[in-house]
Amino acid sequence: MLREGGKTLLQLKQIYKVFNEGTPDEKVAINQINLNLEKGDFVTVIGSNGAGKSTVMSVISGKLNPDLGTVNIDGKNVTDMAEHKRSAYVGRVFQDPMAGTAPEMTIEENLAIAYSRMKRRGFSLGVNRKRRDFFKEKLETLHLGLENRLQAKVGLLSGGERQALSLLMATFTEPKILLLDEHTAALDPSRAELVTELTKEIVQRYGLTTLMVTHNMQQALELGNRLIMMDQGQIIFEADPKAKQALTVDKLLEEFQSIRGEKMNSDRAMLI
Amino acid sequence: MPTAIFGSLEAGALYALMALGVYLSFRILDFPDLTVDGSFVTGGAVAAVMIVNGQDPFFATLVAIATGFIAGCFTGLLHTKGKINALLSGILMMIALYSINLRIMGKSNVSLLSEETVITKLSDFWKGIGMDDAIQSVISTIGIGFIPKTWAVLIFMVLLAFAVKFLLDWFLKTELGLALRATGNNETMVRSFSVDTDFYKIFGLGLSNALVAFSGALVAQYNGFSDVGMGIGMIVIGLASVIIGEAVFGAKNIIRATAAVIGGAILYRIIVTMALRVEFLETGDMKLITALIVICALVLPKVIDRQREKQRKRKRLKAMSKASAEGRGQNLAAAKTDL
Repeated sequence: MLREGGKTLLQLKQIYKVFNEGTPDEKVAINQINLNLEKGDFVTVIGSNGAGKSTVMSVISGKLNPDLGTVNIDGKNVTDMAEHKRSAYVGRVFQDPMAGTAPEMTIEENLAIAYSRMKRRGFSLGVNRKRRDFFKEKLETLHLGLENRLQAKVGLLSGGERQALSLLMATFTEPKILLLDEHTAALDPSRAELVTELTKEIVQRYGLTTLMVTHNMQQALELGNRLIMMDQGQIIFEADPKAKQALTVDKLLEEFQSIRGEKMNSDRAMLI
Repeated sequence: MPTAIFGSLEAGALYALMALGVYLSFRILDFPDLTVDGSFVTGGAVAAVMIVNGQDPFFATLVAIATGFIAGCFTGLLHTKGKINALLSGILMMIALYSINLRIMGKSNVSLLSEETVITKLSDFWKGIGMDDAIQSVISTIGIGFIPKTWAVLIFMVLLAFAVKFLLDWFLKTELGLALRATGNNETMVRSFSVDTDFYKIFGLGLSNALVAFSGALVAQYNGFSDVGMGIGMIVIGLASVIIGEAVFGAKNIIRATAAVIGGAILYRIIVTMALRVEFLETGDMKLITALIVICALVLPKVIDRQREKQRKRKRLKAMSKASAEGRGQNLAAAKTDL
């Protein structure tokens, strides 16, 4: 991919985050993480429960502020930028299929909200004829027939359809960074397969710089050009594009054992 | 009786604006805003005091609307920036406004009876162009003997309610409106599309209370006085209108729902008027009646739904047992021919 000579779009520097500081429940969620994503990078993140994967996502999206360290997006320091402002650059798809769309609003209205991501919202109609055609064209790429249901309330769609729509909404404005937080975990296997395929397609089409958390090692190997493994708030293993191509699930597990010297205890991490 | 019903139609149209405001906070923003009890009076108080002091009633009403907007914004600020629970921020604002309203009026009651108000101005204009006589002649030819004082209030206020409705329908379809609706529908999602949910909550509550204050200003001018207690229970009346409207007229989409809310507000007034004609009920029972109406409107649709569901099940069961009986009969017959 665009690794050589590509510019750094996302940079995490010395990120440190503690929860419940000063109480018996104190937990270091992220311990000194450094991560660089270059334009077009697609990094998959694996790790057991509580490894800090989701916290990293929250720190990038601005939902959480890191205690120490800086977050740069496209060379701009966004560490203290509010979540809603930062989301002009960051597209997100959540684990919960219900989280990424507004159920009481129609498909086209949901798309209109996503469409206005980068601009100042004003008094012009959210959905006009020109936009409707544009939305239709985009929906057709999902191959779910949603382009014929523009005026259906999103609450009527199935989980898989909603997640596919969320994915489209998060990406069609071509954000600088795309964050996928276990976005197929809550779907049944066939739907998950579909959304995974769509993810592959969409990320490739727009050349999006992507960070994807997953519990599914097979998926982590199948998608993306780089892979990182997290444990106890640290990145314990990193595979660059070359190394990743040679990786297998067994090798990953071996790697983990040799680094941590213990069996991967999370049952969910064993879901291959 | 016709006079009472006519009066309730007029009042219903006036209160419809307040109900639209409650719809905006309660349904669109999903925010149970109790500021309404205070901001309704604020609207009435500001308009009344300004009119008594010789200001133009139309201008006074505009200022009342603006004051309501500010009151709503404060509730929004308490909730979003002060991180105070939604219900509590409304209650705090409501009780604060009680004192503020007393300050605005300087006493607990301001009379407008001898003043020129929006209502008298519109009625005079209406009479000036001879519309009442025209309508009356049409109506008497149909054979209805009823003659109200003027048609002006009813017609102007229904027109106003629908004008506000259409404006609201349009606004909720703009980019701003969509973001506002999504803020009430799915905050996580809308924040991930660079919507400042705090701003939209504050703005939405401002808008909602602007409508409430508008209604309060008009009601004060219609009744001929503004009273510090005239907002008590207003939120429940607003909710009653929204819920009755939705139950009777349906709320498939926004356009339908806003129309339903206006219908609900008028229907509510008619129900109250009818209820008060029952002999042993007194005016003091109004709030009790309101509460009962809301309870009925909330509970009845569910009971009816459950009843329908039961009926459907019974029917299906019957059909199934009939089908299986027939099936067995055929099998039996087939077996017999085999023998």
